[in-house]
Amino acid sequence: MRFSYVAVLAFCFLGTLWLELFLKVNVYRRWRRLLLALAPTVVLFVAWDLAAIAAGHWSYDPAQLVGVVLPGRLPLEELLFFLVIPTCAILGFEAVRAVRGWPAGDEPR
Amino acid sequence: MSYTVAAGLGVLAALAVDLLILRTRLVLRRVWWVSYAIVVVFQLITNGVLTGRRIVRYDPDQILGLRIVYAPVEDLLFGFAMVLITLSTWVWLGRRGVQYEPRAGRRR
Repeated sequence: MRFSYVAVLAFCFLGTLWLELFLKVNVYRRWRRLLLALAPTVVLFVAWDLAAIAAGHWSYDPAQLVGVVLPGRLPLEELLFFLVIPTCAILGFEAVRAVRGWPAGDEPR
Repeated sequence: MSYTVAAGLGVLAALAVDLLILRTRLVLRRVWWVSYAIVVVFQLITNGVLTGRRIVRYDPDQILGLRIVYAPVEDLLFGFAMVLITLSTWVWLGRRGVQYEPRAGRRR
């Protein structure tokens, strides 16, 4: 039970890993760009999460968390969520580009 | 402010980032909508687990009460905003020359 939330995150991380390994989307390989792209998302959405926890919009079942709680009553899993899920989105986006070759607006002119 | 209002504002803010601030204009591109369609399917599955198993619990007074695969409909807006801001930043960085290469599908 303690690992319910972490298991969901592990599923997302492992489930998208093949895009990097076999489709060669080169997202983890471009790790500096990846970290820079994640930074605003982590800051903005952790802030939203903290505000929502403080306002009582949502809460987490402590029995299904590993038990590491960050300042502001933020479970460690939530911080990991804002790293793992946006990374999965970038992997998916680059996979679509790799397969279809559609322009995304960052191509050199 | 309820979660419903916050989620709506989140979507507007993400659209402002994409269209006005970083000007990546992803929401006008096919590659965005096809990618988002794939992402949202997996969001419904994983978020369905998080909400269905009640790992995350919502104050019923802060949501409309309309649920899709256990999750409040507001979570779809939250996810849309998060993915759009992330991908807009990702594309903006590439446009600025931050690791445009090695491109997806290139083996170098």
